[in-house]
Amino acid sequence: MSQIHHAALDQQQQPGQYNQICTRSSSGSCAAPNDGSEPACPGHRSRTPRRKWQVFPGRNRFYCGGRIMMARQTGVFYLTLVLILLTSGLFFTFDCPFLASNLTPAIPAIGGILFIFVMGMLFRASFTDPGVLPRATPDEAADLERQIDSTGCSRPPPRTKEVLINGQTVKLKYCFTCKIFRPPRASHCSLCDNCVERFDHHCPWVGNCVGRRNYRFFYLFILSLSFLTIFIFAFVITHVILRSNRTGFLSALKDSPASVLEVVVCFFSVWSIVGLSGFHTYLISSNQTTNEDIKGSWSTKRGKDNYNPYSYGNILTNCCAALCGPLPPSLIDRRGMIQSDTPQTVSQTNGTGGGSYASTQLRSHMCDQDQCIQSTKFVLQVATTPLLHSDPVVLAPLPGKTTTLGGPCAYLAPSQPSLPSCGGDVLTLRDAAADSHCHHHLHHHHLHHHHHFVSPEETPCTTPQGALPCPAHLHLHPHLSVPTPTALYDPSSQDALHEDSVRGLVKLSSV
Amino acid sequence: MAETHSLQDMRQQAAIAAKVFLQRDYTNGTVCQFQTKFPSELETRIDKQQFEETVRTLNNLYAEAEKLGSQSYIEGCLACLTAYTIFLCMETHYEKVLKKIAKYIQEQNDKIYAPRGLLLTDPIERGLRVIEVTIFEDRSLTR
Repeated sequence: MSQIHHAALDQQQQPGQYNQICTRSSSGSCAAPNDGSEPACPGHRSRTPRRKWQVFPGRNRFYCGGRIMMARQTGVFYLTLVLILLTSGLFFTFDCPFLASNLTPAIPAIGGILFIFVMGMLFRASFTDPGVLPRATPDEAADLERQIDSTGCSRPPPRTKEVLINGQTVKLKYCFTCKIFRPPRASHCSLCDNCVERFDHHCPWVGNCVGRRNYRFFYLFILSLSFLTIFIFAFVITHVILRSNRTGFLSALKDSPASVLEVVVCFFSVWSIVGLSGFHTYLISSNQTTNEDIKGSWSTKRGKDNYNPYSYGNILTNCCAALCGPLPPSLIDRRGMIQSDTPQTVSQTNGTGGGSYASTQLRSHMCDQDQCIQSTKFVLQVATTPLLHSDPVVLAPLPGKTTTLGGPCAYLAPSQPSLPSCGGDVLTLRDAAADSHCHHHLHHHHLHHHHHFVSPEETPCTTPQGALPCPAHLHLHPHLSVPTPTALYDPSSQDALHEDSVRGLVKLSSV
Repeated sequence: MAETHSLQDMRQQAAIAAKVFLQRDYTNGTVCQFQTKFPSELETRIDKQQFEETVRTLNNLYAEAEKLGSQSYIEGCLACLTAYTIFLCMETHYEKVLKKIAKYIQEQNDKIYAPRGLLLTDPIERGLRVIEVTIFEDRSLTR
């Protein structure tokens, strides 16, 4: 803060006023004045500051204050946990004493180390953020939309980008949920509703997506689990054989009934887990994801020139990169505090449906104004002279609910009296006060002249307003039969746009 | 004229005129690199060379973070052997470089961008998707 003050004092003579910009990051001290004001207004502002994980948009569950992140469905994860704990527990309780005393105590020791490693890897794979990409901020989304609209002339505009990576053309898709162009190898997980970097697959056994940040943990988990399963399987069989050598097979089984359960569990696990480990070893050595392999993105069946642009060329480098490469940090900052935005945008966005963007909205507002004035003049020119003299405001009915020309000018087109205030399809005009004024204006005239324009297409929300003509316009009632253009000048209306259109009407009516 | 008082007020009122986003450059794969194309909105505010220099330095720093070298392998193997508990005491190489990047951006903002009415946002706050350049309103013109 003091740095900025110094800079300000030094640059007093500078014409620019930029020295007041706070260059600290958003989590820094810039929010001090805001923090100061918060305790001062205790009303609805005194909420405890929330952490970002509490408002995370994806379908994830957070524990331990945002430190642990899992998918929504965790049932199968608990099954995995139970199976591993049960089997290992039975092994250590029933088989290890015999094996330790009869063979070597190294067996339980190695078993113990393997077990701890398996659990560690499981927890890391399950609880780590897989590499979720945070969703685009509204400004970013607007900027992208603008870019997409400007390049594509076809409707709908193309939502893919082609990039050349190491000589291979890769298509980047636009994610409608996250409002970003997905980086290569990223994919949107429909279960977690997140875009995940280097998305491998969503693993229900682990209760999380497997992506860039937890792939190595997942791989080490299944690798160590396959070793553990084979280990337990082998030594339980050894135990049963050794026992049956002494006492016979059936009595051996009676002495250690747990062994039967262990053997069964291990037998079925071995096939699936060892198979999975082998599959992932292949994927790692060729630097592919499960997603890419299933889709056959880099298979030569697609084309002779098709190759994997991400592969480093040799197996060793691929393995090292996947397992020992740098571990990127989480991009979603789960435990960060939510900051309110301090600088105000020039044109404030309001909620006109999804995606209201600042400058494009401003532009469209201007365009609508121009359109409005033009169409008003056009319509008045079309109207016949007697009509103009008797009632300058009455316009020829515009058929249907035209959203192109008639839409923005709804408050002057009698066939669409309902649009402005009732959130119709088009309006981006923000001055609701002016709208309601014109609204009253039109409706009032309708009532006075018994026009058939009061059509059934009026929505219920307009009728109560129309039924009570606003007092400001009531005094115009006796003047309406006389074509006084000045009667149209409602001094209570402050909207410049309205005045412009009214001036246009006045000019034409004075012909 | 009460400079500090008005400056503090104006800090809150420095209105944003526009935001420019520099997207990622994927031509080298999934490595974090940003496009160095100079956006047209900044033409009046900053020298093209200077801006491109900033972006190039950032790209180099990110490349350093994700580099596959002996250091990263040693770190990876050590971490694996200690069941990743080593990261409770020390930070990863990537995190160290990210801190360096944050410091660099801070420095650039203080020296070059803030005096010109621009502000660079650290890409990590935008999920490493974009470099957001905020353009503030030119108050000197509205005097």
